[in-house]
This record gives sequence, structure tokens and C-alpha cells, in this order.
Amino acid sequence: MKQLTVISGKGGTGKTTLTAAFASLAKNAIIADCDVDASDMHLILKPKVLEKEDYYGLEVARIDPELCIECGRCKEFCRYGAVSGNFKVDPYGCDGCAVCTVICPKGAVSMEKRISGQVFSSETRFGPMAHASLGIGEETSGKLVSAVRSNAKKLAEQYHKDLIIIDGPPGTGCSAISAITGADLVLVVSEPTVSGVHDLKRVLELTVHFVIPTVVCINKYDINEENTQLIENFCAKLGISVIGKLPYNDIVTKAMLQEKTLIEYVKSSKCLNESEFADQICQIWTRMEKILMNIQDKQKGTKTLEMKNF
Amino acid sequence: MKIAIASGKGGTGKTTVSLNLALSLSDVQLFDCDVEEPNCNLFLGFGLEKVEDVVCPVPVINQEKCSICRQCSDFCRYNALAALPDRILFFPSLCHGCGGCAVLCSEKAIRESERSLGVIEKAKGESSPEFYRGLLNIGETMTSAVIKTLKKYVDDRKTAILDAPPGTACPVIASIGDVDYCVLVTESTPFGFHDLRLAVDVVRSLKVPFGVVINRWGLGDSRVEEYCKAEGISILLKIPNNLKIAELYSRGIPFVQEMPEWNEKFRGMFEAIKLQLADTEEART
Ligand code: SF4
Ligand code: SF4
Ligand code: SF4
Ligand code: SF4
Repeated sequence: MKQLTVISGKGGTGKTTLTAAFASLAKNAIIADCDVDASDMHLILKPKVLEKEDYYGLEVARIDPELCIECGRCKEFCRYGAVSGNFKVDPYGCDGCAVCTVICPKGAVSMEKRISGQVFSSETRFGPMAHASLGIGEETSGKLVSAVRSNAKKLAEQYHKDLIIIDGPPGTGCSAISAITGADLVLVVSEPTVSGVHDLKRVLELTVHFVIPTVVCINKYDINEENTQLIENFCAKLGISVIGKLPYNDIVTKAMLQEKTLIEYVKSSKCLNESEFADQICQIWTRMEKILMNIQDKQKGTKTLEMKNF
Repeated sequence: MKIAIASGKGGTGKTTVSLNLALSLSDVQLFDCDVEEPNCNLFLGFGLEKVEDVVCPVPVINQEKCSICRQCSDFCRYNALAALPDRILFFPSLCHGCGGCAVLCSEKAIRESERSLGVIEKAKGESSPEFYRGLLNIGETMTSAVIKTLKKYVDDRKTAILDAPPGTACPVIASIGDVDYCVLVTESTPFGFHDLRLAVDVVRSLKVPFGVVINRWGLGDSRVEEYCKAEGISILLKIPNNLKIAELYSRGIPFVQEMPEWNEKFRGMFEAIKLQLADTEEART
């Protein structure tokens, strides 16, 4: 079973739209929406939830006012400033470290479970899907990403699927790391804006750091051809291939408004320009499938990427 | 006054709004709280200098004193310590620096040292806006710690604009938890609308007054406007889906610099925020 993670560094590059299109092209895949903090994929794929499970994040401290003598030790030792002046714990501030429980001379603090979100196993018109929702302000999206991925693995085994397509989160922090570790291939969707170029460099640093084979796709390449060239040169220097360049096209919004993937939308469109656009996506997908297959072949003598200096 | 610029999702134009607002006002501070992908300075081009290293305390175990009682490894909630038969293993990247293990160790085998999480940087000399940003080290996960350190540089006598990270999780709360006002940036597409509603849930649960900016207005449909009307949410500004704006953005130029008529609009937005805050203040008393 192979795992492909699509990330973008920066939001709004069309990552989810592309991932949804890939989902409709893949023949035997599971979809995992790991963009758990504000996920959007379900708006297009409309999953029917088969199973739902509460997800428990880090625990939260609670002070029993009956037992507390207001000695202030918990407040002094809490490194996250989560204990307020009147000896209550702010659940948003609490990191669940449990130091207060061992510091308190009266045993007044206990750790309580908290439901930080839900993980779902669902069914879509393109096959099974694992996804989740994270409660507001919750701390553990990295852990939730791992929970979604293990759910996706279970689904893949259950339904004999050989590929997991992971829609990854933005950024380079906790949840992005959880979404790419152990992946066989990472696709970075980039755009040729100054911030797009900058964020691409940051995520490539990340994938190089974790030694994961990476390819790049440039979306809206024609909004700034100079920056597109910059991205291509930069990738060439790192030995990372740019496997596709897509022009700016309104079709992305149009398909979204109809809650369809690009591929589905084009089936009902007579516009030549639009079907060309979809055709390019198909080509990118074919290239990726090929790369994924080769990775499987190479499994024995794995080549490691060198850590490059940026 | 602290104003955060946030959105349920990245790529909606948070940074655009933060920058253009900050450039339209005088005597303001601008903070780039998106420490995983700080982008503001790509548009400002300031020379930056480091003002602080963000560090996290980490335990150092003296293997000679350690009796391998496993107290520390059983305690650590982040699995940063693992007990082997002959010693305790420490995984720095998992440690949150809570200090619990050092407190617990009865053999006094643990002392604390520091690990770098990132840096806080500031624009050199006098700049307008006065600019600060945080930068999280690659491979590091303690986003909120960097944001909290960054916010120490907020000067309460000035207007501070905080470009928040995307999403609704902990780094967002760390950024907007204690602000006076929050501007939510969105676009009127199904994704934008869905993410806006998540962001509204966040600011409502934090009880922060807020308003909406519609970016790429004209793209998509009218669902965001209808929603705001029904919910009584004020729309502060509409930024049209304009080729020139997109082109300036791709080149890293804040559009107020090339389209000066927008200075006035951003100042108007600032006045509208102040009015709204005065109204809520009045309603409270
Ligand atoms: S569990 Fe940790 S973070 Fe939470 S209140 Fe106690 S000491 Fe503070
Ligand atoms: S340490 Fe215990 S007794 Fe002291 S203030 Fe905290 S909860 Fe109360
Ligand atoms: S608590 Fe102290 S003595 Fe016990 S295992 Fe940890 S370091 Fe060693
Ligand atoms: S400081 Fe806290 S998080 Fe770090 S190893 Fe010790 S107990 Fe674990």
C-alpha cells in the first residue's frame, strides 16, 4: 500500500481542489482528509459517515475548589500560565502536562479527559474516506492527523485498496509533519506568488529534512511567469521534478460552486478550454501514478536524499 | 488596541488585509503571528534583526545519578521520555518543556537546559509600520510557544495588527485569544463560506468582537453576504476580484502602494472597527 500526501505550505493554492480531482481519477484508492483544522474536502466529496468515534486529545486539569487551599503552587509551576488568579484552569491555556497534579500538596487537581474532535470512516462516490473534525482551539491536530491516517490504513486493508491519497494541512508545524511522515511521495502544490515561492521553500526543507521523495505542481503558473521560472530553477537545483503546470482558470470556482470535482464538472462542460484544463490534470495524475509505481520497485535499495543547505 | 486578522483557512487574503491596513495607518505595530509561514516581510522587505531566541526548557538526565525508577517516563504526557533497562531515553522534539520530570525526580538526576524553537525578529531601526515576526524552526512543533513570545512585544499604547495563522486550532487561539477585535477574511465560495463559519464559531466562543472582509469579491456567489446579513455581522470591506490586485500580490507589492485610493478605504475600515467597539462598550454599560 502506497501513501501520497498533497501539501502546499500556504493555503489557497488549490490543493484541496486538485486532491479531490485525483480522488475521482484514482482507480483503487482511499481518501484521507488530514487538513483537519478547517477541512473542506467533504464539501465536494459529500461523504456518508459509516462510523464515528470521539477523539480524545490531551487531558485538561481541573481544580476541586473544596480541596484547594489556594496555596498558589500550581500557578507558580504551570509553565503555560493556565491557572488563573482565582485558581481555575483555563481549558484553552492548559497543555495537559499534569505538573499541577504532582505539585499540589492537597491533591486538589485531577486530569480530565476531553473530547477534542471526531474521526469518521465514510463512503464517497469515489470510494472510502477517512476524515475528522477538530474542536475549536484544540491543541492536538498532529495527533488527530495520525488518527485519521491510521483510520485510512484500516479502511485500505478492509477494502483492499492499494493507495491512500492524503490531503495535508498548511504550514510546516505539528500537523504538517504528522501528515507527511511515512508517506511514499509528497506532492507540493505551489503558486508563483512571492509568498507561494517562499512557502514552497519552507515545505521542501521539511520534506528534505524527513527524506521523503517529493514532486511539485505549479498552479496558476501564468499569473506570474517570472516566479514560475524561479520555482522551476529552484526545484531543478534540488533535483525535485515539477510534474505539472496549470494555468489560471475560473473552472476551479465553477466546479466548486456545483460541488463537483473538476473532472466531473468537465464531463458536463462543452468548453474546449475547460476540457483541456481537466486533461492536464489527468496527465499530472498519470505521471504521479507512474512515480508511485517506481517507488514500489525501488523499495529494496532506497535512495536517501541529502540534506541540502538552503 | 489589538486587532487580529484571521480566517478559517489560509490563502483567503489575511496577509493582504493585515499589510494594507497597517500601511494605511500611522503609529502602528504589525505582528506576523503565522510563525510556520511568515509572509508579511516578503511584501515589506525590511531588514530584520533578531531580538530574541525562543527557547523551551528541556531535561538533561545525569545517567550516573539516575536509578531508572521510571517516575519521569511514566509521568511525561508527551512521551518524550522512554525507559530502557539501563537508561532513560529522551526525545527532544516531543518535549513540551513542562518541567514535570525535573520536579518529580527524587534522585535529583535531572537538570534543565534549553532547546531552541525559533526566533523573534524585528525590522531594523525606525520602520513604518513597526514590524515584528516569529519564525518557527523547521521540524519544530511548538507553534504556540513562539506566538506567545512574539506577543510580548505588543505596545499597549499603540495600535497593534496581528496577522494570525490559518485555522481554528491552538496557534489561532494563542494569537487572537486576548485581542480587542478580530477581522475575519473570507471569499464567497463554498470553501470560503464553510471556513468563515468555523472562524465565526471561534471568535464567538472567545467572545471577541468581529467583522468580515470579503476578498476576491465578485468571485463565487452572494452566500457570504446573505449569511452576514442574517447573522447581523458587519461587513467591513469588500476587496474586488481584480486582476491588478492579484498581479501586485504575485509580485509581492501591497496594493495600497500602487492604488493609493485604497488607503482611505482601509482607514474607513479602521474607523468602522472603532465605532463598533464603542457601540459594544456602550451596550455593556
Ligand atoms: S496540566 Fe499543566 S498546563 Fe494544565 S494547568 Fe496543570 S500545570 Fe498548567
Ligand atoms: S496547588 Fe493545589 S491547593 Fe495549591 S492552589 Fe493549586 S490546586 Fe489549590
Ligand atoms: S525520575 Fe530521575 S531517577 Fe527516576 S528514571 Fe527519571 S531521571 Fe532517573
Ligand atoms: S519537561 Fe515535561 S514534556 Fe519534557 S520530558 Fe519532562 S515531563 Fe516530558
